[in-house]
Amino acid sequence: MSARERILDRIRANSGKTGATTDAERSAVRAHIAQHARGPVPESGQQATLTARVAQFKKECERLKTSVDEVLTGNDVPQALAGYLEQNGLKKRVVAWVSFSNLPWSSAGIQCEKRMANGDDLVGVTDCFCAISETGTLVLLSSPATPKLTALLPETHVCIVRASRLVNTMEEAMALQRQEQAMLPRATFLVSGPSRTADIEQTIVIGAHGPYRVHVILIHDAVQ
Amino acid sequence: VEIRSMHFKATASHKLNDAVLQASLIKARSKFVDGRAAAVAEVEVWQEIRSHAAALRDHVIANLDAYLLEFEANATARGAVVHWAETAAEANAIIVKIATDNQVKVATKSKSMVSEEISLNAALETAGVEIVETDLGEYILQLADEPPSHIVAPAVHKSKEQVADLFQAAHGKPRLTDIPAMTREAREVLRGKFLSADMGISGANFLIAETGTTLTVTNEGNADLVTTIPRIHCVVTGVEKVIGTLEDFATLIRLLPRSATGQSAANYLTLTTGVKMPDEQEGPDQMHIVLIDAGRTSLVGSDMQEMLRCIRCGACMNHCPVYQNVGGHAYGWVYPGPMGAVLTPAYVGIEKAGDLPNAATMCGECQVVCPVKIPLPNLMRKWRERQFSQGLRPWSERLAIALWSACAERPRLYAFATKLAARVALWLSTKENGGARVIRYLPGLDGWTDGRDMPAPQGRTFRELFAESKSSQAVREKSV
Repeated sequence: MSARERILDRIRANSGKTGATTDAERSAVRAHIAQHARGPVPESGQQATLTARVAQFKKECERLKTSVDEVLTGNDVPQALAGYLEQNGLKKRVVAWVSFSNLPWSSAGIQCEKRMANGDDLVGVTDCFCAISETGTLVLLSSPATPKLTALLPETHVCIVRASRLVNTMEEAMALQRQEQAMLPRATFLVSGPSRTADIEQTIVIGAHGPYRVHVILIHDAVQ
Repeated sequence: VEIRSMHFKATASHKLNDAVLQASLIKARSKFVDGRAAAVAEVEVWQEIRSHAAALRDHVIANLDAYLLEFEANATARGAVVHWAETAAEANAIIVKIATDNQVKVATKSKSMVSEEISLNAALETAGVEIVETDLGEYILQLADEPPSHIVAPAVHKSKEQVADLFQAAHGKPRLTDIPAMTREAREVLRGKFLSADMGISGANFLIAETGTTLTVTNEGNADLVTTIPRIHCVVTGVEKVIGTLEDFATLIRLLPRSATGQSAANYLTLTTGVKMPDEQEGPDQMHIVLIDAGRTSLVGSDMQEMLRCIRCGACMNHCPVYQNVGGHAYGWVYPGPMGAVLTPAYVGIEKAGDLPNAATMCGECQVVCPVKIPLPNLMRKWRERQFSQGLRPWSERLAIALWSACAERPRLYAFATKLAARVALWLSTKENGGARVIRYLPGLDGWTDGRDMPAPQGRTFRELFAESKSSQAVREKSV
């Protein structure tokens, strides 16, 4: 008998069940999973309007030390980013997900490379699948065009968020993922603020192994 | 980690006199306790979420075999290999084999208490693999060659000065004592390791059956680098970590960071599902998931099954008056505080960990703060009962309990004994400056009175006073 069988047998014996796991038991578990039952949600995750969701999202971002800038259209993003980079004394050189190749980067004076970030890149630009207003969380899903490392290796991560993609809760984000994609991607990466540690004397330090800065450029693309 | 739980008493006394540790503990206590209280107060449905979480954990544990099989099927469908290990030795052998089969030279690891349980680092080092801890706290402890003293903040017992010495010795750079600068130095040293490692080892906070996903919750971002860059990702975790759905995870993650550190959200939730796709530039070619029993299944169906709900937040230790005073190392294994007092005897044997369930004041705070409502004091009491019935407690304690139970079963004897004891106690007491009487020294219980005075009884028992008030009441009623 293998370790697998012995472990499973022990679980069944200790639970007062005999024999191997039955097909009926497996089906019952699948049926339970398929319900996708949700637990109680706090008021902060029940914003009824987009305006309220935006306000909640901004409030949580502030608390997490994620800075937020707001623009009206996608074409305004490069100019807003240029302003942010200047303000923070950063070079106008970024790596971005390929989906942004058509934005007017050079007219904003930004040198934008469309490739995955490596350990030497200082600013990574991504968008996100959606964002969660309850906790100010950015939901990034990996794919060949959307590598996670671009959001992780550079010291500054700039994330473009469309207001139309603001959902209330993680439950809503996961339901949206199921609705739009066939399966959960290899990496589902939920980012809430810049990386931090408190491992030396419980003193919070921003910038551990991930970015020192997370900056959101929020596009108001939805009718309010 | 070597088991040293049998030395609890001696180690605890030593830790009480460790000035650096005491300063660290005082600092951590206010941060963890106040931080959690503020974070929990924001959530008006906190109790409802706790109940839901406890129920969903119970549901999975009651059908654990079927959920594990569901997880295995879905993880396998995405290209992961699921391994099963009954013991620490089996788990280490599996992981060492993966490393040697693939000519792994350097492995990076994010914080995993299960890997501490099985002493994985030592096993890999013996096999010639360089293993690098990447969580800042664990990295500090690897340099110091010490086990963690807290499951969430492993180096909570270390002072800045001690860390500065370790970094200076290991990094060969000028000694820094500015915490942000020290953190940056560690980041730069570890960045090279992240980029060059062949294998990344992580634990899992949860396994999601629905999707075959393994999941880590971190703040530093190290688990993300560990699970994304190396060509092999190896997950090592316990069989009890499985949950049903992403919705279940959404519920649990409302509880975990708030309970652990008082954060409304952890910085990174890292869900990894299978290996990289053909045209992806990042992600592992191989994903191995090692599911470990090592004592867990012995709790299934037992009167301690509720312990398997645990989501490893550390709130029970943060709020435990014993932990707050002696720190985590005194507990002598991986899991300190009340959760350790229940888990350690189950995983390593009650004969080795007998002091732990007794190292509790039974104040009940651990149960109050537990996000999944584990009745920890009750479970510790069950271990105490088991120890007593197996004759594992000292003869003096067994005699005292036997005497007490003999009295408690005989009301007249009990009345007489307490009457006598109350008077003896009064006789033993001395008058304090304020006028109240206290007992400074109790023969045979000097361990208790060494550190504190016991308030003296007034000389008569409750029963005596009650009987007297009843008779005077009867007189009053008669006269009306």
